[in-house]
Amino acid sequence: MSEPLIRLRGITKTFGEGATAFQALKGIDLDVDKGDFIAVMGASGSGKSTMMNIVGCLDVATSGSFTFKGVEVGTLERDQRALLRRRYLGFVFQGFNLLSRTTALENVELPLIYRGDDAKARRSTAMGALERVGLADWSDHTPSELSGGQQQRVAIARAIVTQPQVLLADEPTGNLDSERSLEIMALMRGLNQDSGITIMMVTHEPDMAAFASTIIHFKDGLVERVEQNRPIPFRGGVGVGHVQNSGVLTAPTPGPSPEGEG
Amino acid sequence: MLGTTIILAFREIRRHVLRSFLTTLGIIIGVAAVVTMVTLGNGATAAISSQISSLGSNLLTIRPGQGYGRGGGGPSPPPFDEADTEAIRKQVAGVLSVAAQSSTSAIAIFEAQNWTTTVTGTTNDYFAASHLQLSAGRIFNEVELGAGKSVCVIGSTVQTNLFKEGDPLAKTFRLKDISCQVIGVLETRGAAGFGPDQDDQVVMPIKTVMRRLTGNRDVRAFQVAVDPAYDTKAVSAAITALLRERRKIASGDDDDFNIFDSKQLSDTLSGTTKTLTALLGAVAAVSLIVGGIGIMNIMLVSVTERTREIGIRLAVGAVQREVLMQFLVEAAALSCLGGVIGLLLALVATFALSPLMGIPFGFDVQINLLAFLFSAAIGIVFGYFPARRAASLNPIDALRHE
Ligand SMILES: Nc1ncnc2c1ncn2[C@@H]1O[C@H](COP(=O)(O)OP(=O)(O)OP(=O)(O)O)[C@@H](O)[C@H]1O
Ligand SMILES: [Mg+2]
Repeated sequence: MSEPLIRLRGITKTFGEGATAFQALKGIDLDVDKGDFIAVMGASGSGKSTMMNIVGCLDVATSGSFTFKGVEVGTLERDQRALLRRRYLGFVFQGFNLLSRTTALENVELPLIYRGDDAKARRSTAMGALERVGLADWSDHTPSELSGGQQQRVAIARAIVTQPQVLLADEPTGNLDSERSLEIMALMRGLNQDSGITIMMVTHEPDMAAFASTIIHFKDGLVERVEQNRPIPFRGGVGVGHVQNSGVLTAPTPGPSPEGEG
Repeated sequence: MLGTTIILAFREIRRHVLRSFLTTLGIIIGVAAVVTMVTLGNGATAAISSQISSLGSNLLTIRPGQGYGRGGGGPSPPPFDEADTEAIRKQVAGVLSVAAQSSTSAIAIFEAQNWTTTVTGTTNDYFAASHLQLSAGRIFNEVELGAGKSVCVIGSTVQTNLFKEGDPLAKTFRLKDISCQVIGVLETRGAAGFGPDQDDQVVMPIKTVMRRLTGNRDVRAFQVAVDPAYDTKAVSAAITALLRERRKIASGDDDDFNIFDSKQLSDTLSGTTKTLTALLGAVAAVSLIVGGIGIMNIMLVSVTERTREIGIRLAVGAVQREVLMQFLVEAAALSCLGGVIGLLLALVATFALSPLMGIPFGFDVQINLLAFLFSAAIGIVFGYFPARRAASLNPIDALRHE
């Protein structure tokens, strides 16, 4: 059996020290294969973002093993982790984290600058990413001139602009209305199925989780349950999410498929 | 990569104009203040030095009485006479020349103008000893001195007040009861010197003054030029001994005359000037440090404020070195820009203030360089080290920073 792309074993994360110490992750075991589309659900404070940050190489676990492409990330140097982020990972933050006073286009260009693209290539690639999230007309607006939903889409464009192997999205539709959310989900599904990008996404909405092939339920810093899901048919016009191994998830029909919009 | 870094750095400067301006302002003020102060201080020192040298060194001035500020009551001490002049000239070693002076005050009248001034009767030695130059005409000749002719060399104040714009040479004006012909004009010395105003005087042969103005043969003062090879203190002591003997002062009694040593005064003043320069240096050092702390604060605050930016850059894949490079370029660009503006400001300020303060304008390369390097170094160091701390955080911790 081949090594999974991402493999977590007994991952714990403790914040603070001594009496105020708080264990946000209490031993996470998880395998993610290339091409997976995973949704992470769970109550607020259950440790979803904490795990995403560790998988995104933005934070380090307190204990346990995290391997990415067979490499033990915990033993890497700071700059080597930065290079992992640069080459393989795209991250959408729960709080966007865009550069202020910087246009949408320049924000999206940022990862390309560190990848070493020249100015012209950078511009057209970034413009393409903005088009995919439907913000081509807003490219020269700064975050303070954009709505929450628009900022979220800029953050998504920045995460996908480098064509990462893994896209980690922490509540990417948290600020969007249902129509926009479905558009973003369709985009993600396209990235997953057409470009083979592995996706891990945190969401509170069963509608969105229904797009994923695997749903992981978090509870109090532990994986409570993993369910396999038959995602909404890709080109079926109408799709219904099925729960294969339990009857818990009953995803509603997400209307006409947003697929096909440019 | 460096090119991109530079572009990134300048983008950040442009995006945050106010913050960049404030950072630069600290450096501008620090550099400008220090350079202006030290330059003006050096100018003042130079001005004082040149006034000291205009006094004429190695010059002893001898007057009856116990010196400035003393005496007051009691009979005024007897004046000197011409025999004293000869005695000093012949009996004291190290004396180059002795200019005896007899003086009185008189009203000078020319056409409609009149002017009250001091008349100094003396010999040609006076001009040399006091370092007085002529701007026009000549000094006395032997005949005029020997016969006590009614000729004079006038100071520039007298010239302006009596003759206005006109040429005074060969003109004759009235001085008390006598008429007097102008043969020369003294160069302006300015009021900045020490002692009596040498611009406001009429210089005549001593014989003329004694015979026709004061009516006595009293010598009111000597100016003794001392050979530079001799110590003015020793010459001064020899003259004191000679005059005490000639004036029959019993041992134990005080001198009834005083000797003013310009060398001693100039030594004292040079000492004071050195102290002044040291003081200015200290003040400059303190303000450079205060300016440095200001730069430090702004840099620290701005990096703290920018920790989130550092987090974002790290999160999208920048390595530590790339982030630091950007901050280094930014800090260096702002510091150097601030330094250059500060230097220009100081140049303008010293250029404008020097004439107002009556000191020569000067440009001191050393202090300019020192102030510039110091503040640039502080700006760079304190732009760099806080950024390094922030860039060594986990990206998520930098992002969470408030
Ligand atoms: N830097 C930190 N310091 C201390 N405690 C933290 C820190 N980050 C997270 N926590 C704690 O860890 C727990 C898990 O946080 P996390 O952000 O992973 O929750 P979450 O599942 O993403 O919640 P939400 O759905 O609200 O985003 C929370 O109780 C939180 O208070
Ligand atoms: Mg979260």
